Amino acid sequence: MSAKLERLCRQMKDTFGDRIGEPVLALGELTVAIPAENYLDVALQLRDDPALRFEQLMDLSGIDYSEYTGYQGKRFAAVSQLLSITHNWRLRIKVFAPDDDFPVVASVMDIWNSANWYEREAFDLFGIHFEGHVDLRRILTDYGFVGHPFRKDFPISGYVEMRYDPEQKRVIYQPVTIEPREVTPRIVREETYGKGNGRG
Amino acid sequence: MADIKNYTINFGPQHPAAHGVLRLVLELDGEVVVRADPHIGLLHRGTEKLAETRTWLQTLPYMDRLDYTSMIPSEHAYCLAVERLLGVEVPIRAQYIRVMMDEVTRIKNHLLNIGTHALDIGAMTMVLYTFREREDLFDVLEAITGIRMHGAYYRPGGVYRDLPDQMPKYQENRFKNAQTVKELNEPRDGSLLDFLEDFTNRFPVYLSEYHTLLTDNRIWKQRTVGIGVISPERALQLGFSGAMLRGSGVEWDLRKKQPYEVYDRLDFDIPVGVNGDTYDRYLVRMEEMLQSNRIIRQCIEWLRKNPGPVISDDHKVAPPRREKMKGSMEELIHHFKLFSEGMHVPAGEAYVAIEHPKGEMGVWAVSDGANKPYRIKLHTAGIPHLAATDEMTRGHMLADATAVIGTIDLVLGDVDR
Repeated sequence: MSAKLERLCRQMKDTFGDRIGEPVLALGELTVAIPAENYLDVALQLRDDPALRFEQLMDLSGIDYSEYTGYQGKRFAAVSQLLSITHNWRLRIKVFAPDDDFPVVASVMDIWNSANWYEREAFDLFGIHFEGHVDLRRILTDYGFVGHPFRKDFPISGYVEMRYDPEQKRVIYQPVTIEPREVTPRIVREETYGKGNGRG
Repeated sequence: MADIKNYTINFGPQHPAAHGVLRLVLELDGEVVVRADPHIGLLHRGTEKLAETRTWLQTLPYMDRLDYTSMIPSEHAYCLAVERLLGVEVPIRAQYIRVMMDEVTRIKNHLLNIGTHALDIGAMTMVLYTFREREDLFDVLEAITGIRMHGAYYRPGGVYRDLPDQMPKYQENRFKNAQTVKELNEPRDGSLLDFLEDFTNRFPVYLSEYHTLLTDNRIWKQRTVGIGVISPERALQLGFSGAMLRGSGVEWDLRKKQPYEVYDRLDFDIPVGVNGDTYDRYLVRMEEMLQSNRIIRQCIEWLRKNPGPVISDDHKVAPPRREKMKGSMEELIHHFKLFSEGMHVPAGEAYVAIEHPKGEMGVWAVSDGANKPYRIKLHTAGIPHLAATDEMTRGHMLADATAVIGTIDLVLGDVDR
């Protein structure tokens, strides 16, 4: 498998040159970051070039890197998992939104139709806008929902809760009455931790 | 003559044929569907967000609740993703157990699908037959995992425990007399593997019963042949996978093409459809059950002969054995750290896809080295299939919309996450 991926890695470098970032081969998977301005051209070529032939977009999702340990860079990215049935290989492409406050990336819906709902989902959950998407509605959250819940600054408990009000005889929204509770704190250990050097 | 305009109806969210809480807004011209707009998210629980606040191990049981009709393979995808990040080896016996469990679940899933699909489009009896066999498989699951549905059985590094030596038995009560109980308990006298083997002997007979009921049934064919046709090119473009893709004639099965666990050692065939309609997908699923049956038999044979450990002995990932823990300080520390702080997964990202009964189930796990996931993205098979409902129902009658929803093997827990 890895020889095949190295071939794909070389193929990517030969085909796109400096139009894409440096391909990263890790854990038997190939990841490529693509600058936002080249995104559509590269995506189209990835699908149509007979040497690459990524016919399927299996998944597209947003990610918010703002709290990633030791990370400095653009906050939002749209990440796609591509699959080629002809060559039987996979590729992950990442495109970072240039503006953190109003993240916009191009829509690949016309290249891979399956991107339709995935991009709606990334818009709904992360607030990433996909330019060129014809039907960018919310998809998973409630009708009339405010905010983008998968951003790292959105609390796990949310802001509003819903209940039936017996006096008004209807369902109402009110501010949440529960507080987020953390049982196990999030910990990142130093690299030498548990390596048996007598300190951990 | 009065000008008749298109009108819009609401299908669901509470509709027995919607397989959960699907709201389908259908625009109709007479009885012909002009546009279908599925509204999902009524069962959205934010599993991926919850995962970010739980440790890697605590996230695992949430995977059961995704596709609540075939629970075990979802855990499988998650465990494989975590294992790839950790670089842990899974004992070979655990791999066989996982494959066997996945195939049991595949049969269970397809039984539900075919039974309820037939029920949706008017064949009442079918579901009674398929649920009879599902009950046996639930017994298998209960004996192995301790619970009928949401097993939480796999662990990063293996499975939670080895297969049991005996099956639970029926007891006499005022509904079941001694004779009935004796008959019911006959296959349950041996170990779990004996019971499952007995099931795999019986299952092809059951399957031929289903064929008798449906395959040449004129009404069933009238309702399914030529309904929801998807060409292979469109299927690829729409991101289809699993039986939906194979029904359109694309020979693609991750178990064969990108084998994980021990699938490359097992002998089975991939059924492929021709026309890409609802009937072909039904036939593909029927044949898949027979192939799963074959895989289970091979796994049983191997598991009988080869005892061994079922979980990794890397105690940074898997807990130590109980008896060792009682006598050794280090094991006790491992146990305590593992269940309080949890395992630390090295920074990196991995996308692992498996052949879930419904199609490709992928888990994209991102870690920054903490004891909790940084981001988990669950790619479930139902989303692209449901997204294609519009294309598949357009131009068909209203009643065919139900057939299309049945054929995409819809479970809303899977779609909404």
